[in-house]
Amino acid sequence: MVKALLEVKNLRTEFHTEEGVFPALDDISFSLNAGETLGLVGESGCGKSVTALSIMRLLPYAGRITRGSIYFDGQNLLKKNEKEMRKIRGRRLSMIFQEPMTSLNPVYTIGDQVAEVIMIHRNTSKKEALAQAVKALEMVMIPMPESKIKEYPHQLSGGMRQRVMIAMALACNPEILIADEPTTALDVTIQAQIINLMLKLKEELGTAIILITHDLGVVAEMAQRVAVMYAGKIVEMADVQTIFEGALNPYTEGLLKSIPSIEQEGKKLHVIKGSVPHPLHMPQGCSFHPRCPYVIDKCREVPPGLINVSATHYVCCWNINREVKQ
Amino acid sequence: MPQVEVVLAASPKKNNQVRYWFKLLTRNKSAFVGAVIFIALILVAVFAPLIAPYAPNDMDPGKRLQPMSDEHYFGTDGFGRDVFSRVIYGTQVSLGVGTSVVLVTTVVGIILGLLSGYYRFLDNILMRILDGLMAFPAIILQIAIMAVLGARFINVVIALAIVYSPRMARVVRSAVLVQKEQQYIEAARSIGANDLRINLFHLLPNCMAPIIIQATMIFAYSVLAEASLSFLGVGVPPEIPSWGNILEEGRVFIRRAPWMITFPGIAIATCVLALNMFGDGLRDILDPKIRKKQN
Repeated sequence: MVKALLEVKNLRTEFHTEEGVFPALDDISFSLNAGETLGLVGESGCGKSVTALSIMRLLPYAGRITRGSIYFDGQNLLKKNEKEMRKIRGRRLSMIFQEPMTSLNPVYTIGDQVAEVIMIHRNTSKKEALAQAVKALEMVMIPMPESKIKEYPHQLSGGMRQRVMIAMALACNPEILIADEPTTALDVTIQAQIINLMLKLKEELGTAIILITHDLGVVAEMAQRVAVMYAGKIVEMADVQTIFEGALNPYTEGLLKSIPSIEQEGKKLHVIKGSVPHPLHMPQGCSFHPRCPYVIDKCREVPPGLINVSATHYVCCWNINREVKQ
Repeated sequence: MPQVEVVLAASPKKNNQVRYWFKLLTRNKSAFVGAVIFIALILVAVFAPLIAPYAPNDMDPGKRLQPMSDEHYFGTDGFGRDVFSRVIYGTQVSLGVGTSVVLVTTVVGIILGLLSGYYRFLDNILMRILDGLMAFPAIILQIAIMAVLGARFINVVIALAIVYSPRMARVVRSAVLVQKEQQYIEAARSIGANDLRINLFHLLPNCMAPIIIQATMIFAYSVLAEASLSFLGVGVPPEIPSWGNILEEGRVFIRRAPWMITFPGIAIATCVLALNMFGDGLRDILDPKIRKKQN
């Protein structure tokens, strides 16, 4: 087996709030190989973004990583100090965000902002950095990059801004790109453009991608492997084919059923009944059991762990040998 | 003419941006009038030696307490000094104090505001100290500081800066607290920017609007405070013709020579009014939400 580029092991991230301490991530483990795309799927608040921020070590003030390790290229990121992390961020580990409207600084031209990454990590002059910024913008297929670098973020459309963000993230050719819902805020045609762009750049640069999304369509198109998260845990992880055709976790099954299809025209959309439990009042046993259609007694008492179904398929459920309900 | 504006706003050229802001300024009457008066005052201060017909401290005991005339526009004071010339030179003192205080409070306020807005552990400590300073009524604290330091121009600046820096720091802090939650700050961190870079290049430029507005307000407060302190005899030394000093000297002759207090009083009121109008208008101009409503 190839050695993983990124290896997250038993990661636990807690948030310390006035109401109490609650785990945002509980015992998360996954790995990412060089050049691979891993989809991180789940509904809002399940810990997808916290996973990303934990890897970048950019958790907000209240967030703390209390257990586990994150090995990147053989080194534990959790043992690095802030200065060492800054050298990694932007150069070897990059991130793009959900809201292209607000993730660019409104008072600088986009050329300045793309050049900033290059200046921080490559110690180049401003002029040279700007020249490289033009190349980076060319790479993300922004038309007329020489004149676009003089424009301000408010003069660009959402899709263009997301391209600029991608250019910023990839300017120093990082090994891993964490894309936190890169297409959520964009309309569908632009979404397709951005996805195609990311696929093209991944081919060209060989960047590994952690794709965070709640859009299973995007996952199907981009990811090789998928990890499904629920309430701070990974509940199922497998290659994309297996997830879409042989999902074993009832939550994954529910998610897939919720995708509207052409055949079911006119019928009501499938919903997973109930809502995500409050992080301070997690149910005993499996955190999904109050909403699960296949719940058995054991689910209410003992939380299930990840079990290997095959070499690449992990699932977290007590009742995987059930008959599938239609 | 909203179409014109759209074109201007979309064009990135510097020249056009200047014109765009100038247009906004002229459209806001209050800001425009305030700016014009203030610029006129600056010109008066700069060209005081050319405008004033007499030296400010030229005494002519034969012409004490003369009323307004062609020779002495604003009359003369108890030593026979020309009040007009003294008020003109007084502009230098008032604007000098205002400018110095604004410079000091802005620098101090930005440093303290960024520190306490950005670093949570410093926030409580710094803000409680500043709260303590702000708990004193401004004028009492100023008098106390002046009493300790002694009546000198530089000490007036120090006293006012100590009193007004906390206000600036609070404004900066609150702006930083809003901006630092924006995603572009997170994005800046994700590309490996250090704290200094985030503070100076990302947070500060986005907090400039409230800082500029607060600076104009502090300028107005300083002009007023300098006059008050001088009037109370703890401001700039009596030989310097500040508006407050002229008022103070006129106090004794308030019935015999009311012009001695009228003109410096008008000067103070005009200056403060102009600055407040400018500051208020600026707030409307710099706030995009209000700007949209007006267009």
